[in-house]
Amino acid sequence: MSAFDALLLARLQFAFTIAFHIVLPAFSIGLASYLMVLQLLWLCTGRQVYIDLFRYWLKPFATVFAMGVVSGLVMSYEFGLNWGRFSDKTGPVIGPLMGYEVLTAFFLESGFLGVMLFGMGRVGRGLHFAATCLVAVGTLTSAFWILAANSWMQTPQGTSLTPDGRFVPADWAAIIFNPSFFYRLPHMVLASYLSVACLVGAVGAWHLRRAPADGHARTMFSMAMWMTALVAPLQIAVGDLHGLNSLRYQPAKIAAAEGHYQTRAGAPLVLFGVPDDARERTDYAVEIPRLGSLVLTHAWNGTVPGLRQWPPADRPPALPVFVAFRIMVGLGLLMAALGLAGLVMRRGGRLYRSRALRNAAILMAPAGFVALLAGWVVTEVGRQPWTVYGLLRTADSVSPVGAPGVGASLAAFVLVYALVFGTGLSFVFRLLRRPVQPAAASPQE
Amino acid sequence: MDLDLPLIWAGLIAFAVLAYVVLDGFDLGVGILFAAERGDAARDVMVNTVAPVWDGNETWLVLGGGGLFATFPLAYSVVLPALYPVIIAMLLALVFRGVAFEFRFRAESRAGREAWDLAILAGSTLAAFCQGLALGGMVQGIKVADRQYAGGWWDWLTGFSLLCGCAVVIGYALIVVVSLWTPMLNPAFAARWFGWPGILLASPVPLLLVVLARLFWRGLARRRDRAPFLCALGWFVLGYAGLGISLYPLIVPPSITIRQAAAPDESLLFLLVGAVVLLPVVLAYTGYAYWVFRGKVRAGEHYH
Repeated sequence: MSAFDALLLARLQFAFTIAFHIVLPAFSIGLASYLMVLQLLWLCTGRQVYIDLFRYWLKPFATVFAMGVVSGLVMSYEFGLNWGRFSDKTGPVIGPLMGYEVLTAFFLESGFLGVMLFGMGRVGRGLHFAATCLVAVGTLTSAFWILAANSWMQTPQGTSLTPDGRFVPADWAAIIFNPSFFYRLPHMVLASYLSVACLVGAVGAWHLRRAPADGHARTMFSMAMWMTALVAPLQIAVGDLHGLNSLRYQPAKIAAAEGHYQTRAGAPLVLFGVPDDARERTDYAVEIPRLGSLVLTHAWNGTVPGLRQWPPADRPPALPVFVAFRIMVGLGLLMAALGLAGLVMRRGGRLYRSRALRNAAILMAPAGFVALLAGWVVTEVGRQPWTVYGLLRTADSVSPVGAPGVGASLAAFVLVYALVFGTGLSFVFRLLRRPVQPAAASPQE
Repeated sequence: MDLDLPLIWAGLIAFAVLAYVVLDGFDLGVGILFAAERGDAARDVMVNTVAPVWDGNETWLVLGGGGLFATFPLAYSVVLPALYPVIIAMLLALVFRGVAFEFRFRAESRAGREAWDLAILAGSTLAAFCQGLALGGMVQGIKVADRQYAGGWWDWLTGFSLLCGCAVVIGYALIVVVSLWTPMLNPAFAARWFGWPGILLASPVPLLLVVLARLFWRGLARRRDRAPFLCALGWFVLGYAGLGISLYPLIVPPSITIRQAAAPDESLLFLLVGAVVLLPVVLAYTGYAYWVFRGKVRAGEHYH
């Protein structure tokens, strides 16, 4: 019993620290690329507005990046702290992928971040732009490796097992380019871009409310609306392909996300409901007949898996996966609608004047980040009860550390993160509440 | 291929940890020295000395952790649970220290700024103390059974580990004291230092220490800036080498050797290719980043 408590606490601790952490690199991935585009536009056009916006977003970037670095440091030790048996068994596979992440991405980012933040007056324009590009490339490279590691845990291949259950790599290309990697990586990168587009759009809209003629706010808002209109539909398409990939390799995850307990042909699409694992049914279900089969198999009579297909010990808990999936998809559709509304208003010449569009954009500020977190709940809770899908159980992954210790450290993490990241967030908000200052008015170097 | 991959990797991990301690050592030292400097302007200069480089320095700690995970998973999965509270405290301290570099410039009230200054001071001190505790806890030995940590919650807490913690706080250079105590912990360690032919290999270490100590005091007395800093670094490197002489070939004393903890050759070789190609590049551009911000920091120079 006490082993179970320690397991649950260790899972809570991992969920808590990773959920805090994942938002920060997502922000860095999206914003680094945005900063790169702004600086490129400035170098090409010479228009002051772009470099002003670059400087404006550089400060929140630095604050968020620092928080990402320290919360990422925690992650790199947490595998050993709470998941010792997992580390011993999978270290030979996952460890080198993370090693490559450090060598190709972390050093690149941290090495050139200093030049990017502090070097504007010390190096030439070209070199400074190169530093910005390298930081942006670093954030994407980091995503490449960490999603390779995560995807291998979801759809493992290219390894053999020793008699005592340790993984031995056999084919590195197969490990890295595993079956779900090419779906999960673009889905995550697009999610980061979309999250930052929503945030930038909201900040632009917020400043437009006060000063509708503000050129900086207009540029910000316009760029973000273009980005949302382009990326949101693309993300929905990639998400659909990702879902089909999961149906093939992790059907139990899809069954949980869809709220199906019964495997059947011509399954309905459950819009809302409350899955009940104990009674193996989804209560209060609002369903559209046959649509579930159509979406998942692209055929009216396609067979869709239900959770009863697996023994109870091999099923993920349906409720969190089901709810998180609906949050993610719902927000995805809303973001696509926002992008479409932006296009329509732009055609009508009302992009900067429509109060409804502005307010909608402000409300959607956190939409991308919330959808991203919900998506990770689907993918990680949906993988249970395994850490390495079908091969290593979560219960067999945990360290021999007692529940009181894990509980105490969890409490410490909650307190420290609430204080540190709460403060950091308030600083970011404060920076973004100020309007963009043209270079002449600000005492920059 | 006849490369001794576990040994090469033990060397590389040791190098990463050394790079971390040397580089972040002076960041942490700057934080600890906040205790001695109360003026705002002086503290600004101190922070701006390390601001462009601290997260690059901390990346070596990530490489140490990630590298250990990749190449010696058994050591990684045994040492961290054994030192659980120490590592958690160190990580949280580094969280405070890291964000405080940014946050102190963002705080709008004086009280807020002083609170984050305190976070730099306390975070740096606690992180250094925990690193010392972790070193001591590891060197004195960890109980292992069936590929898992088999000791208790407080096993790491001994007079020796407390001394290590204090030593690291007071000055990374004082690690030398630790290095001298280590041979007494385990007869096997002592045999290496005082037996033949170990003494041949080991004896230059204490001799060089004495030489460097003399140069250090002479540099201070003549008010040179560079010599004392370099001597302190050299002193530390020698202390570190002394520890290595004691421990080899163990990675988790007293029972797990480098070879027993090593990942399969497939893993070691795959990552080694990357390390051989990329580490020189990393060192080159890290050097470049330092070069851009070379020289002494002047007051009032930053991007905030």
